[in-house]
Amino acid sequence: MGKVIVVTSGKGGVGKTTSSAALGAALAQNGEKVVVVDFDVGLRNLDLVMGAERRVVYDLVNVIQGEAKLTQALIRDKRVETLYLLPASQTRDKDNLTPEGVEKVIAALKSAFDWVICDSPAGIERGATLAMRHADIAIVVTNPEVSSVRDSDRIIGLLDSKTLKAENGERIEKHLLLTRYDANRAERGDMLKVDDVLEILSIPLLGIIPESMDVLRASNVGAPVTLADGRSAPALAYFEATRRLKGEDLPVTIPGEKRSFLGKIFGRKAA
Amino acid sequence: MKLFGFFSRGQSAPAARERLQVLLAHERASTGDIDLVNKLRDEILKAISKHMQVDDEKVSIKMERGAQVSTLAVDIEIPFDAGKKAA
Ligand SMILES: Nc1ncnc2c1ncn2[C@@H]1O[C@H](COP(=O)(O)OP(=O)(O)OP(=O)(O)O)[C@@H](O)[C@H]1O
Ligand SMILES: [Mg+2]
Repeated sequence: MGKVIVVTSGKGGVGKTTSSAALGAALAQNGEKVVVVDFDVGLRNLDLVMGAERRVVYDLVNVIQGEAKLTQALIRDKRVETLYLLPASQTRDKDNLTPEGVEKVIAALKSAFDWVICDSPAGIERGATLAMRHADIAIVVTNPEVSSVRDSDRIIGLLDSKTLKAENGERIEKHLLLTRYDANRAERGDMLKVDDVLEILSIPLLGIIPESMDVLRASNVGAPVTLADGRSAPALAYFEATRRLKGEDLPVTIPGEKRSFLGKIFGRKAA
Repeated sequence: MKLFGFFSRGQSAPAARERLQVLLAHERASTGDIDLVNKLRDEILKAISKHMQVDDEKVSIKMERGAQVSTLAVDIEIPFDAGKKAA
C-alpha cells in the first residue's frame, strides 16, 4: 500500500505545485513509483511544471465522472519511468469532484503506487479539503512571511479536523516545508527567522528551499527542478527533504549559514 | 528529445514562450468545444464500440499537441472473438 501525501498551504503562490513536482520527481529518481495528482481543478498547472501539457488526454474529473479509466488518464513522464501525472481538468470546476469519486481514485492509486502526492489548490474550500481528505502525511508549504504563516496555521487546524485520519482519532503526520527562503533578506534581518516559524507552527521541519532562479528556469523548460538541474541548490534541498520524508534523520542547513542546526528544532515533535 | 537541449544552459525563456504558444493555441481553440483532437478521440471510440465490446482497460490513447501538427495514437487490443460478441 502506498502512502498518500498532500502538499498544502492555504495561501496561494507559495510553491505547492513546484514542490509537488520536485518531491515527486526526486522520489521517482530514486526508483520509487510515484504519481502526482493535480487537485487544482479549473486552474491546472502541474502539467506545465512537469512538461506534460501537450500530452493530456483525460483528467481527474473525466475519471471521477466515469468518462475515462484511471489508466487512460495517467501520463507517464518521458524522463523518469516510475513517475506519473494525473492532471486536473482545465475546463470544469471543483463541483465535479465528489468525495466518493476522490475516494475511489485515491484507493486505486494507493494500491498501484508507492507514493501518491496530491497538489492542493490554494484556499480552504472544497478543493483543498478534498485534496487533504485521504492523506497519511501532510506537507505544509510556507514562506517566511506573516500571511503565509498565518494561513499555514489555519491549514494545520483543518488537517487536524477535516481529514479522515483526524476523524478516526488518528494523528496525521505533518511536516513544514519552508520555501522561497531568501538568504540575503534573512541576513538583513527582514525575514522571519526559521526558528520563529517553527516555534509558531510547531510541526517538524522537512526542509528549507532557497529562493532561486533555478526554479524559474526549470518551470520554463517544463521539468521538475530536481530533473532540470539536479545539482542546483533548490534541487539538493528537495532531495534532502525526500530523505527526511522517508525517515532519515538529516540535519537541516539554513541557506546562507554554514552552521547546521538540528537538535531541538528538527527533533521537536508536534504539540 | 529536444527538451534536453535546453537544460545544458543558455536561456530558458524562449522554451517557455514556445511551450505557452502551443498550449494556449490549443486551449483557446477548445473553449468552443471544437478541439478536433478530443472530438476525434471520442468518435473513434464510439465507432469501435459499434463493432466490439470495448474494454476501456485495453484501449490506450496518447496525444501530443504540436505547433503545426498534433498526433493522436489509439492503441486497441482486439480479442480474437470480438466480432462475435458484438451485434
Ligand atoms: N524556491 C523558489 N524560488 C524561486 N521561485 C519560486 C520558488 N518556489 C516557487 N517559486 C515560484 O513561485 C511561483 C508560485 O509557485 P507555485 O505555482 O509552485 O505555487 P503554488 O503554491 O502551487 O500556487 P497556487 O496556490 O496558485 O497553486 C511560481 O512562479 C514559481 O516558479
Ligand atoms: Mg499550485
